[in-house]
Amino acid sequence: MSGPPRGYFRSLVFLLPALTFITVFVIAPSIATVFLSLYVDGQFSVAKYVEVVSERSPDKALIMITSRPESPPWGALVHNIIWMAIHIPLVTLLGLLLAYLLKYTFGSSVVKTIVFIGMVIPMVVGGLIIRFMFDEHVGVVPLVFNALGVDFLAKTWTNYPQLSLLALILGSVWLWTGFSLTVYSAALGSIPSSFIEAARIDGAGHWHIFWKIVFPLVRPATIIVVVMTMLWDLKIFDIVYVATLGGPGGSSNVLALVMYQYMARALDYEAASAVAVILTLLTLPPGLWLALRLRRGG
Amino acid sequence: MRFRLQSRRLMRLLRVDIILINIIAWCFALVWLLPFIGVFMVSVRPYGEVIVKGWWNILDATFTMDNYIKAWSYDPYSVSGGYINSLIVALPATIVPVAAASLAAYGFSRFSFPLRSYLFLLIILLMALPQQIVVVPLFLLLKDLRLINTFPGIILVHSAWGMAWITFFMKNFFDILPREVEEAARVDGASDFKIFYNIVLPMSLPGILSASVLQFTWVWSSFFFELIFLIDPEKWVITQRIANMKGTYFVDWGLIAAGSVFAMAVPLAVYMLLQRYYIRGFVGWAVKG
Repeated sequence: MSGPPRGYFRSLVFLLPALTFITVFVIAPSIATVFLSLYVDGQFSVAKYVEVVSERSPDKALIMITSRPESPPWGALVHNIIWMAIHIPLVTLLGLLLAYLLKYTFGSSVVKTIVFIGMVIPMVVGGLIIRFMFDEHVGVVPLVFNALGVDFLAKTWTNYPQLSLLALILGSVWLWTGFSLTVYSAALGSIPSSFIEAARIDGAGHWHIFWKIVFPLVRPATIIVVVMTMLWDLKIFDIVYVATLGGPGGSSNVLALVMYQYMARALDYEAASAVAVILTLLTLPPGLWLALRLRRGG
Repeated sequence: MRFRLQSRRLMRLLRVDIILINIIAWCFALVWLLPFIGVFMVSVRPYGEVIVKGWWNILDATFTMDNYIKAWSYDPYSVSGGYINSLIVALPATIVPVAAASLAAYGFSRFSFPLRSYLFLLIILLMALPQQIVVVPLFLLLKDLRLINTFPGIILVHSAWGMAWITFFMKNFFDILPREVEEAARVDGASDFKIFYNIVLPMSLPGILSASVLQFTWVWSSFFFELIFLIDPEKWVITQRIANMKGTYFVDWGLIAAGSVFAMAVPLAVYMLLQRYYIRGFVGWAVKG
């Protein structure tokens, strides 16, 4: 800060419009949701939490212990966790690998633009395209498996419980790699090229340079990619709604969609609030980490 | 001599590497582009033909704009109506938060007041919230205010939701602006607001443009808030309309593909035309720090 500290009455004029919006339409409703979830019939109670966590119908279950272990539905919460377990490593490695390859690629900005399109389009369109690509009649994925003779995968993925969740996760890799690529490209740009050149003169191959030099140097970017992807995976909604509506039989359901089903279908606002609070509690650790880090940098 | 030999061998090795790298990278790009090519091909051909031959089969293909014409006026979820509604929502829901959040960001950047850093931390934390946490009470509030199923209602919600990240983004921008001119103007007796309006804002146009471009495309692409707050199909924005664009008895991919092209055309055009600002804004809030 340069200059003398100035009074907060004057700063208030600047802050007031935004803070009013945020208080009325973000903070107050967030707190109200917590209260809604904890008051049942005018009394403080965690009954709604017990209810939503122990729900057994596949369309609304968060955790299904009785489900067959080899295929979904396992419950929306478990689906979100599986989503993260597959999506985060794939997106992180693909983004970094591609960012590294693009340092030596002609027309790399064109490649970057193509991969980034997934980040620009509405996620509703993304969900439709996922359904399209995995459709038996018009999609390319079943066509390829048909040619390979893998009958099990040569059908409309979104119609089968064993495949619908996987189709969505792979689709979200396609959509979200543009994010990690962009972050990593920026990070790689700030590594002095002398580092890599020196290693090359010493006879290091690409693979060695990639794992031993580049990967440790872009650690801060990796953490950002992992945390942001985690937040994105927890909040995932649009593509699931459009591609499968959580189905078939709840096999691709996720937390955000369960919340919507309680609110809009069952009109159970307390249960919807309880699911929303659970979802928010999961986003808080990565969110808080991000906030502390961004404040320090900003 | 020895050195030259070594460097030549290195060059040859590098060249093989680089050819391989180029092939891999471009194959990757092609795979990533393939879904869009597919959607485009289905959108410009009669669906009956696509079903029989496959969209990847371009021998003796028939090209037609029928799908686009049908989607544009598809009853009752026409793209034309969706475009108008999306613009009615997205334009004010960009201008309002960018204006208010820029003011707040300047306050955070240039003034000191109690709890400033905690308040700012809270604002950054809000960026991580899922939209699900606010919609039930907001639904009840907007119903009381008779704003449910109205454009002003959804504009208010989007404006508030965009406020946090735009404040964060613009504060970062203001922090790196040089202060000399502001100090000089202050010595000359200019008021805080005059300094902000006449000096800071014009200098900040690139930042404001970045924030606006991102906010506009995000509101345009938004779906969940609309699903909750816009019930009447007449009011539906473009994303809601294409999500409901199915054929009567079967999934008409020709129609959906054309609708999808319409829906993504606007954010894609914004991105292509203002790519520098888009990426700067994008990287600015994701990577800063």
